[in-house]
Amino acid sequence: MATTRETETGDVGSALAGALPDADRFRWLLGLVVPAALVVVWHLLVATGVFAAHQLPQPLRVVETLYGMAATGELWGHIAITLQRVFFGTLLGVSVGIVLGTVTGLYGLAEDLLDPLLQSLKNIPSLAWVPLFLLWFGIGEGAKVLLIAVGAFFPVYLNLSTGIGNVSEDLIEVAEVYDLGRFESLRRVVFPAAVPSLLVGIRGGVGLAWMFVVAAELIAASQGIGFLMSDGRVLARPDIIVGSILLFAFFGNLSDLAVKEVEKRAVDW
Amino acid sequence: MPSTGEASKRDPAEATLGSEDPAADPALAVRGLTKRYGDTVALDEVDLAIDGGEFVAVVGPSGCGKSTLLRVLTGLEERFEGRAAVDGVDVRDGGSDAVGMVFQEPRLLAWADVRENIAVGLPADVDPDDPAARDRVDGLIEAVGLDGFAESRPGELSGGMAQRVSLARGLAYEPEVLLLDEPFSALDQLTKYEQQDNLLDVWRERGATVALVTHDVEEAAYLADRVVVLGGQPGTVETVVDVEADRPRERTDEALLAARREITDALGV
Repeated sequence: MATTRETETGDVGSALAGALPDADRFRWLLGLVVPAALVVVWHLLVATGVFAAHQLPQPLRVVETLYGMAATGELWGHIAITLQRVFFGTLLGVSVGIVLGTVTGLYGLAEDLLDPLLQSLKNIPSLAWVPLFLLWFGIGEGAKVLLIAVGAFFPVYLNLSTGIGNVSEDLIEVAEVYDLGRFESLRRVVFPAAVPSLLVGIRGGVGLAWMFVVAAELIAASQGIGFLMSDGRVLARPDIIVGSILLFAFFGNLSDLAVKEVEKRAVDW
Repeated sequence: MPSTGEASKRDPAEATLGSEDPAADPALAVRGLTKRYGDTVALDEVDLAIDGGEFVAVVGPSGCGKSTLLRVLTGLEERFEGRAAVDGVDVRDGGSDAVGMVFQEPRLLAWADVRENIAVGLPADVDPDDPAARDRVDGLIEAVGLDGFAESRPGELSGGMAQRVSLARGLAYEPEVLLLDEPFSALDQLTKYEQQDNLLDVWRERGATVALVTHDVEEAAYLADRVVVLGGQPGTVETVVDVEADRPRERTDEALLAARREITDALGV
């Protein structure tokens, strides 16, 4: 019975798709229905006084605040500096992750030496690094970029190292039988085989970079979206706090989509 | 009639052509080869000599060590007892460089197209981007019946097509000794016949030494000059059957039928 119904729905679905060829193209819009409904509920809850406006602003108020800050140009400086930190931090973390991931993936000795240490370091929460980094590098850009790099490093390192280590033995034997030599077998077999793992790592790394930038900016910054947030708390401006959260959500999603797109193009087999 | 199972058990090497004439250095010489995996003995005191330009098939029940024998000869197994040499050079001292291998599974690079996959087999001193090398690869693509699929990725190919890519890769290597591990097992009957004849053409043109592992008695008799029957567990040489039929052979040749009967008897079926 259930099967029959499923088949029928399937048929109806494909028939509809035949009649309306564009129907599938707008399916992604369905994902916006629930968020839109939540915004409406949010508005109603604040408008009817369930939440006090000084604790949770109305959605429109948040938009107004962001728009106002964008109009005066204040907002762009914060966004730019945060993006810059995330960019350089990710760049640094991913680079070091690629180097150490490759070395430990290829050489058993390097893995034995480094992996236990790195595995335990990865379990240290991001905030725990902040005081030490401040002490070492001051409150300048260096400390923040390094903190973000720490965040971006671990997923890249872990995924790439296991990715290289787990390249199918079958393929390595092929490289051996056909005498590709060390360099060629890395270039043609091992590294391409590890690219999917690397991209999974980079995606995780970018995600953690956003987490770590909040940690860095909340505690020691005079600019940036994270600073805007803590400033909003000091000024008792929930609209600024919620606005900053939305900005993080926006840029976090944007960067994730970008990496996902790269992944889709690079790993297309 | 080369020998009975009894005789070959006493001294199987006596049954092989290569050892009858000590002056002729066999292209492939195996003496007293014993290979253990832990407590399991995969091959026990195997002797085998294959002359240059000879086509030898190795048949035997599953688990008799057929594939292990090929793995030793390709240099993929470093530890074994006894001697295995190609043109007088031990396979552990670079003798395996002259050996090409077509694995039982296609073992293709998923991210590379058919052309790149075949080019993996090109000898190390050949630049795959060189026009002559390209022509050679294209010729192989045609020979294995994959015209029009040069740019396809392995994921777009059927199992039989993938196996033919793997075969073409082995042929690209132009080895002195070509080892094939059940290369036609995934092909439909018609394609199998085509590819068997294609292999015979290549063998005749290049004068290569070929050792083919198969469980297909008909295939062994049709292709080979001699059929080595491995038996038991651990694998030992049961007998060696000479296939007397003239080439080019008819698949229905009486001599082939006789050889098939002899092989089947030796297998104890």
